[in-house]
Amino acid sequence: MITIEKLHKKFGKVQVLKELDLEIKSGGIFAVLGPNGSGKTTLIKSILGMVIPNQGTIKINETDVLKKHGYRNNINYLPQIANFPSNLTVLELLQMIKDIRKKTANDDFLIEKFGLAPFLKQKLGNLSGGTRQKVNLVLTFMFDSELIILDEPTTGLDPISLISLKDIINAEKDKGKTILITSHIMSFVEEISDEIVFLLDGKIHFKGSIQTLKLKTKETNLEHAIANLLRSQNV
Amino acid sequence: MFKILKYSFFDLMRSRWSYVYFIFYLLIGFVLLFLNNDTSKAVITLMNIIVVLTPLIGTIFGVMYYYNSREFTELLLAQPLKRSTIFLGQYIGVALSLSLSLVLGLGIPFLAYGIFESSAIFDFVSLLLVGAFLTFIFVALAFNIALSNENKIKGFGYAILMWLFLAVIYDGLFLISLILFQEYPLDQFSLFATIFNPIDLSRILILLKLDISALLGYTGAVFQKFFGTNFGALLSSAILILWVSLPTLRIVSKSKKKDF
Repeated sequence: MITIEKLHKKFGKVQVLKELDLEIKSGGIFAVLGPNGSGKTTLIKSILGMVIPNQGTIKINETDVLKKHGYRNNINYLPQIANFPSNLTVLELLQMIKDIRKKTANDDFLIEKFGLAPFLKQKLGNLSGGTRQKVNLVLTFMFDSELIILDEPTTGLDPISLISLKDIINAEKDKGKTILITSHIMSFVEEISDEIVFLLDGKIHFKGSIQTLKLKTKETNLEHAIANLLRSQNV
Repeated sequence: MFKILKYSFFDLMRSRWSYVYFIFYLLIGFVLLFLNNDTSKAVITLMNIIVVLTPLIGTIFGVMYYYNSREFTELLLAQPLKRSTIFLGQYIGVALSLSLSLVLGLGIPFLAYGIFESSAIFDFVSLLLVGAFLTFIFVALAFNIALSNENKIKGFGYAILMWLFLAVIYDGLFLISLILFQEYPLDQFSLFATIFNPIDLSRILILLKLDISALLGYTGAVFQKFFGTNFGALLSSAILILWVSLPTLRIVSKSKKKDF
């Protein structure tokens, strides 16, 4: 589904991605892990075309996507921070994104699932952080797209919404979608992902199932396995 | 692009500051027209306000809107939209809503005063047109500065400096050079110096419309001769259009290369 070859990205003097090669096949949940500053968000944003790489190619379903925009119609993206124009209401924002996408949306189902109905007529500026994150989730999941990219999806969610989120992610997976997630919460990653991609200093150091990682590092706990991986890279 | 424009526009039209800006012009318009009773004097006072204030407000609103809508811009960037569409839509949305505040804020008092029966209608229309041009120019310049500066404080600082330079410092330098080189014929020089600053150009255009160029002395005559002709009018409009289109083109090219 996604083929990335020799991706380079520099921000000023800092080389964030170095000759990164990655192949992600269709279907399943992939967790992109790595310490702070390892290039996770840069990688995700390169796929989305928000960051423009210095070198390399990114192909989605065999077509080159760099400097194009139409392919994003088939990607749902959840940004890390949810901040919207404060003078629009929730309903107007949903309407606007539907207007832009021109795809059928199942927002009613999601609005009910996250209990957003009482907030629909309110201005986005007056919503609490958690409610805004829920609006963000509705925006992300309301379209039927092949690829779903979630950047720290659990931020600010209460336990009930977190359970709803997991339900939705699993439901999407069952529909055969490809889901990319970044998260620092290992229990969440362990519970939900099929495969992990471990990034360090702009390169991929491990790609495979959690089970393989545990076997490789001889650890029983994912958190420790990752720590082990980090230590072994430093030596 | 029209969708982005529409939503940026509505977002701004509902913000408190658009109303404050609108009511400010409404009050100024009513006060000047109904307490003064001399449209030509009112137009001059309004010109002095517009020529300084619209660039300032355009600059501040442009920079503020860009930085405040950063996360929202990221949301839009993840949609199947061209970058130029997003940024042009936002730019035109901001500039249009500010221009509308100006045109309505001053238009209502003028209509109440009965502008259609007065001879000042053309002065008045050119005043609004120049105000709208200045808004578009300075919002575009502000967007350029904001696009080039990640740091909010720096961007804001540069934008204010840019306004200060064009509104105040430029005129100071202009005057100093006129005094320093007073031995030489300066009419050509002052003509060119005026053209390169949109604020000065707007001021001169309105002053000439008001037929008070005689007050400007010999240079005024040169100006009248130049700007008063069709060629001059065309040239000055062309320059104002250039002042809008060049920064707009840079918004497009800059936004294509930027990382978010």
